[in-house]
This record gives sequence, structure tokens and C-alpha cells, in this order.
Amino acid sequence: MKFTEDHEWLRPEDDLIVVGITEHASTQLGDVVFVELPELETQVAKGDEVVVIESVKAASDIVAPLDGEIVAVNDALTDNPALVNEDPMGEAWFFKIKPADMAEYDAYMDEDAYQDLIS
Amino acid sequence: MTDLKRTPLYALNEELGGKMVPFAGWEMPVQFAPGVMKEHLHTRAACGLFDVSHMGQVILRGAGAAEALEALVPVDIAGLKPGRQRYALFTNDAGGILDDLMVANYGDRLLLVVNAANAEADIAHMRRAGLEIEPLEDRALLAVQGPAAEAVLEAATGAVPARFMDVAEVETSYGDLWISRSGYTGEDGFEVSVPASQAEAFARKLLAHEACEPIGLGARDSLRLETGLPLHGHDIDEGTTPAEAALTFALSKARRPGGARAGGYPGAEIIAAQLETGPERLRTGLLPEGRAPMREGVQLFASEEATEPAGAITSGAFAPSLQRPVAMGYLPTELAKPGTQITAELRGKRMPLACAPMPFQPSTYKR
Repeated sequence: MKFTEDHEWLRPEDDLIVVGITEHASTQLGDVVFVELPELETQVAKGDEVVVIESVKAASDIVAPLDGEIVAVNDALTDNPALVNEDPMGEAWFFKIKPADMAEYDAYMDEDAYQDLIS
Repeated sequence: MTDLKRTPLYALNEELGGKMVPFAGWEMPVQFAPGVMKEHLHTRAACGLFDVSHMGQVILRGAGAAEALEALVPVDIAGLKPGRQRYALFTNDAGGILDDLMVANYGDRLLLVVNAANAEADIAHMRRAGLEIEPLEDRALLAVQGPAAEAVLEAATGAVPARFMDVAEVETSYGDLWISRSGYTGEDGFEVSVPASQAEAFARKLLAHEACEPIGLGARDSLRLETGLPLHGHDIDEGTTPAEAALTFALSKARRPGGARAGGYPGAEIIAAQLETGPERLRTGLLPEGRAPMREGVQLFASEEATEPAGAITSGAFAPSLQRPVAMGYLPTELAKPGTQITAELRGKRMPLACAPMPFQPSTYKR
């Protein structure tokens, strides 16, 4: 698993990358009440805003960590946005992306580097 | 954050785990460990303690004080009986709302509570009008709100005012407390002005009650929104009139045309004319369909095809008690009727919502 400076986690799954937000980010956001997921088969560029997370107080974005295509979204979050608070590192993944270049994944932080970032 | 002001409860707020943020020039707790949702629900179910010491407290004394204040507000202050409090508005020459405030009659003085963000301007405004005011720097203000508020406050003070908008002065071991049965959450509750030196001890006493938890400004905002209460600087401002803001209840009969002391405040003619003809636009409740919150600034359209916005949302959020988004905003009066379907533009997409009566959550004041 790798981590971005935007507090996303990236987990390889075959030739896809599963994307979620970290426990740290989930705590910072507070109670999540709504998640707007991207359309399937959307081509995204690294840095594009692809998900909107609404907490009680504010809206925040998740950006695409890689160039690629959105090939799956987690519909469970539509029915139960609170999953983002309950299980951010597991059940509450947001989308799966088919990366244009897997090497972009390798450039991200490992867990130790991420822990240093938030400590 | 060095030039932000701190309330007498700053250290206690920090000790209790408050997440401190800048707010209207003050360093205030936006939330505590449970978070906005749980704090909101706790206040509706039991009792929340809010530090609202950032709000301005101003004393007005002497014979003629009530009449002098009437020169600035379209509200009956001379007829406000000792032991009672009333909601009031400072207006400008255009009939706009400079601020909203509470005015309480403690017999030998009036106590005014004004919004933190406007306190300095309100004080200057009153001084320009020749009012001899005494801004209080040495008192904290605590709000105790929720169905258990009466039990919590009674345990700490031995006595509480009986009815909504009653006020009382109570001598306690925490000093001279000025208590009003009011608040801004829609719940039965109290606001207590306490000497700054006693504020922390008094707050600790309230929090020692099992029903009472500290609550941040985040939940204060979602509570007042559910109750349909406007927030100055957002839902009302110097560009909105009392009629547009659906606050005509605050315009006392004695100050309206034909009343005992009609007019005589800034913008009186404009406000009187609007009472006659009705405003062209109106603050209304809004219920978005679906679960996506619609917040301040989201533009409103008469139909899905309309290209020009008809109005905008001034406050909006997810309502914890209702588990759905709610909002308020301004629309042309003919559209601002409960049940009218309109659309909003949210992140480039048109989304349906309906006008709705407020409050979204019924208030539980003890009348």
C-alpha cells in the first residue's frame, strides 16, 4: 500500500489501483454524510477532482492520484456514507482506477514515510 | 493566531479537547471529541454547554435608555417589562439589518447581546447615536441548551427564569448571574452572563451534571439552521430588510404605522412601505432532494431550463436531527411558497429542491 500527500491510500489489485482515504483524513473530516462518486469509464488525469466528500460542516475533494480510467466505484458509500468514518482503510474504498502507467504508483510514499508526514 | 481574542473559558475549552479555530476575531472551539453530529444530537436529547463569550454584552442604563435605543431599532423597548427579553434589529437608512440582538430588561438596566462579528460596529453605532453604553469586558456568556438544561442549571444555581424570554438576576457562589431563558438552538434553554473570574468554575459545575456536555460552534450552527433561525452576515445582512428576511414578527406594533411610537428609527419609511406592499423577495426554507448538502452560495433557479438565477442559498448543511440536507435562501416572493419545486446548481449539475416552511425541527421553548 502507498500513500499520497493528500491523505489517500492506494492499494494494487491485479492491474488496478484501489483508492481510499486514510484514518487520519477520515478523523479530520468528521462525520461524513454524503459521497459523490465518479461515473464509470471516466478518463481522468492525475490531480482531477473525482470524488466529493461532504461532512456535516464542509465539502472536500479526492483527486485522481494517477492518470487512467475509473473502472469501479464503491456504491456502498452512496447508501452508507458513514462507512468512511467507520472503516476508512478497508470497506470504504472509493474507486478503482486502471492506471495508464503503473510506475506512477511506485513513486508514492510507503507507510513509514506517510506516518512521518502526519506525525 | 496571535491577535485573536480568547474567552475566559479558553483554557477549559482546550482542556476538554476543543478544536480551536478563528471565529469573528476570537479563538473558539468548533467541535469537541464527539464531533458535530453527536454534539448536535446530544443537545437535542439532553443538554449542551456552549461558550458564547465572544458575543458582545453591552449595558444601557438610566432614565430614557429604552427610548434612546428605540431610535435605532424598530422594536418596542419602552414597553419591555422588567424581567423580560426581546429580539431586536439594528436597521440602516435603507431598511437593511445591521445586526440582530437580544435586549433584556433587568430593572435598573438593559442588557444587549450582539453578534461577535458586529460588536465593535454596533458599539460605534450606538455611541454615534448618543447612547451612553457600557460594553462589558469582564463577563463571560454561556448557553445551556436542551431538554435537560433546566435541571442542569437549577442544580448549579438553585433558581431559573420560568418562561421563554424571561430573565432573572441570581446571586450565587459564582457571583451575580444574569440568566435569560433563551438561546439559538430551538431548544428550551438559557444564556447566562457570569463574571469572567467565575466563568470556569461555573462551567465546571454545569459540566459535572451527567446530562451536560461541552458543544462547539459547529453544532451551534447546525442546530440554529434546523430551527430556521437566521445568522447575521449570512441569512441576513445590511442588504436585507426585516420583511425580506421574514422577521416581521420582530417589528413591534407600537413602532409600526399607527402605533403609539411609530417610526423614528433608521429606514422606518422603507420598512413601513414594505409592510404595506410585501417584499419582492423572501427568505424561505429549502429541502434538497437526495442526500447531497447544498451550502451557502449555491444558486437557485425557477426551473431546470432557467438560465438566470432567481436567488441563492444563504445557509445550508446536513441536518443531524432530520438525517437529510436542509437549507435557507432568498427567492422572489411568488416562488418562495412551501411546496414550490425549484432547482439548484450544484457542482455544475441541476438538482431538485422544494420550498418548505421553517422551522425544519420544531422548537421546544417553554411558553
